[in-house]
Amino acid sequence: MRDKTQTEPPEADAIDSPSTREPLYAPRKKVFPKRISGNFRRFKWLVMAITLAIYYLTPWLRWDRGPFAPDQAVLIDLANRRFYFFFIEIWPQEFYYVAGLLVMAGIGLFLITSTVGRAWCGYTCPQTVWVDLFLVVERAIEGDRNARIKLDAGSWTARKLVLRVSRHAIWLAIAAATGGAWIFYFADAPSLIDEVFAGTAAPVAYITIGVLTATTYTFGGLMREQVCTYMCPWPRIQAAMLDENSLTVTYNDWRGEPRSRHAKKALAAGQPVGDCVDCNACVAVCPMGIDIRDGQQLECITCALCIDACDGVMNKLGKERGLISYATLSDYNANMAAATAGGACSVNPSLVRTDGSAFSNRLAHFHVRKIFRPRTFVYMSAWSAVGLALLYSLLTRDRLEVNVLHDRNPQFVTLSDGSIRNGYTVKLLNMIPEPRTIVVTMQGLADAEMSVVGIDMPADRSLSVPVEPDRLKMLKIFVSQPAEQINARAQTFKFRVEDKASFESDEYTATFNAPEIVR
Amino acid sequence: MSGEHIDEVSDVSTTGHEWDGIKELNNPLPRWWVITFYVTIVWAIGYTIAYPAWTMLSSATRGVLVYSSRHDVKNELEAAEVAKGKYVAALQAKTVFEIAADDVLRGFAIAAGGAAFKVNCVQCHGSGAQGSKGFPNLNDDDWLWGGKAEQIQQTITHGIRFASDSDTRLSEMPAFGDIITPEQIRQVSAYVSSLSGAVGDQALVIPGANVFAENCAACHGDNAKGNTELGAPDLTDAIWLYGAGETAIAAQVRAPKQGVMPAWGGRLGEVKVKELAVYVHSLGGGE
Repeated sequence: MRDKTQTEPPEADAIDSPSTREPLYAPRKKVFPKRISGNFRRFKWLVMAITLAIYYLTPWLRWDRGPFAPDQAVLIDLANRRFYFFFIEIWPQEFYYVAGLLVMAGIGLFLITSTVGRAWCGYTCPQTVWVDLFLVVERAIEGDRNARIKLDAGSWTARKLVLRVSRHAIWLAIAAATGGAWIFYFADAPSLIDEVFAGTAAPVAYITIGVLTATTYTFGGLMREQVCTYMCPWPRIQAAMLDENSLTVTYNDWRGEPRSRHAKKALAAGQPVGDCVDCNACVAVCPMGIDIRDGQQLECITCALCIDACDGVMNKLGKERGLISYATLSDYNANMAAATAGGACSVNPSLVRTDGSAFSNRLAHFHVRKIFRPRTFVYMSAWSAVGLALLYSLLTRDRLEVNVLHDRNPQFVTLSDGSIRNGYTVKLLNMIPEPRTIVVTMQGLADAEMSVVGIDMPADRSLSVPVEPDRLKMLKIFVSQPAEQINARAQTFKFRVEDKASFESDEYTATFNAPEIVR
Repeated sequence: MSGEHIDEVSDVSTTGHEWDGIKELNNPLPRWWVITFYVTIVWAIGYTIAYPAWTMLSSATRGVLVYSSRHDVKNELEAAEVAKGKYVAALQAKTVFEIAADDVLRGFAIAAGGAAFKVNCVQCHGSGAQGSKGFPNLNDDDWLWGGKAEQIQQTITHGIRFASDSDTRLSEMPAFGDIITPEQIRQVSAYVSSLSGAVGDQALVIPGANVFAENCAACHGDNAKGNTELGAPDLTDAIWLYGAGETAIAAQVRAPKQGVMPAWGGRLGEVKVKELAVYVHSLGGGE
């Protein structure tokens, strides 16, 4: 009989105990991406050249807007609160155009991601482009992957010191040029560059250069893949953007596994052998330091360099390219099912090949048709709708506006003849870079008269006001109405402004107040 | 001191302090934190040397940079004065009429005068210069002592019925309650009220006209249009400083109220008064 006071000790180890606990801080393991060539690499060079050219050259483009506006094609004139973009000029109250563009950029990112995966991350994101640029410098100075690993592990010799100092010096120079280019978007570039080098530019210019130099150097040179993995929110969001029909960089283990470095031996032993020869080329080229063969992962920015690496190896081995390729999850799953006989066994490459060499024609391939699906249609529609709305608004927007502020203290003044006078601050907005003469008239207030301090009103009761190009003109207009015409405590009427030359006009409905009892 | 104590539960060394079996762990601070802490100490020492910091008997150490926020304010005020200098000089040299005719100077004077008005004038005339009973509305076109810019300037400079200023303008309406009969007061009130359109008792209006001609026309004029030389109001218009209607008029005839405005010339200086005059003139009623 068992003694009931004795208990049997269960088999258990503390999951979280000092002896097993991992440190919260994981030191960064350095990544030494190997240089690779191929179609995607060539495409990335092209994208890099285009994006860098856009960034560095845009402020230097000129655009003639006449004598009253700056001739810089793209200029954010913070001092005068104007934004110039080629033929478009935006005033602060039209900032919704920028907001609209940001909405379009957001939806566009959804659209691109749902069709071709993280193309933004892999090709055009500034972080990717600048890291790529910094890696060019690194390779040029310290050599390719193996040389860099050796140099990094070696002791500090004079050579290592020289290489490291020159690498960081060039990085800093690039970073300074990056910060330097940014400020030219905010002032006339040709004159600002002289001022910058003469030391006479505004302090904010130097501060901006300094901050952007520091961030570029730190993010592009020192932190690199950590920015994408730990700092950027997009890798988290993209999970919701991707679906089973989105193209993404995929290791096709249905034809790669079981991987083997000794394919002939394994074949001789009668074991199944996949196409992957476990050469690790895909791992060596990865700027994120991951192994794509582990499957879809948050760190992968889909730069596709592993595709180039693997295709090169496949070419040498005389096998079909595309062991690593852009594929959708649904295609991958279908092929995987074929290779495992519906999950019945582990991957057996012979199941996807007809007679041991050519691929079975039952394999799923990506088809352009799959781009057009409800999700992308919704994104495309939303994107186009915002774009068309912005375009319509841009093409039909007013370049002449009137805003009216009704005096509230006092609301009205009784004049000696008993008539009632109201005061208005009228703002005329001439939103084109040319001087204009604006005619102000009043409609809908019986027998009322306008007056402006210091201006003699012409007989036709219309007021001609010259307004400077691209400026706002403020007028204090008094409106008075004879007592016998006043029929309500508040009457509405219109201020109408018109440019007689262009027939542009605008109206503002204002209120005319009177005391309860006149007379 | 004995050797290091290691807490058995957490495997962390302790400070050796223990209360009822609870030991104080000695987790080291993160290195970046410690470094930052020492840097702030160094910074603080440097700061107290560079800037005013240590309390002394009567003041504090001035610091090697000899910084003073009061000095900063003084410099900024001086800079602002210098920036305004050319406008102030022009205002000094020109008459209010010339100032009002010049776009730039008028804009400057209106801005400066508006600010001065908010400080000095709103107590009586109201924040919108709309006045109230007994305090004239400065927006309208009815002026007791004249609505030209020069006249406004004179009114502001010397005040009205302000005993301390020898150049002040004065006038006094007699208390007619002691001079004419209550019946005559009713008659003249009805007459005056009828001048601006209000229909009075017609039976009183005709004799009221006679009372007016005998007693009031001397100052208010034969046609009751008033006289800005004497500060006598226009009785034919729609604006009534002490209220419209026969009752209010009768009260004013019987025992008149007389407003007093202080002289501002000595207190504000010539330029400020000019700015105020241009501002008031611009409110819409200036002549």
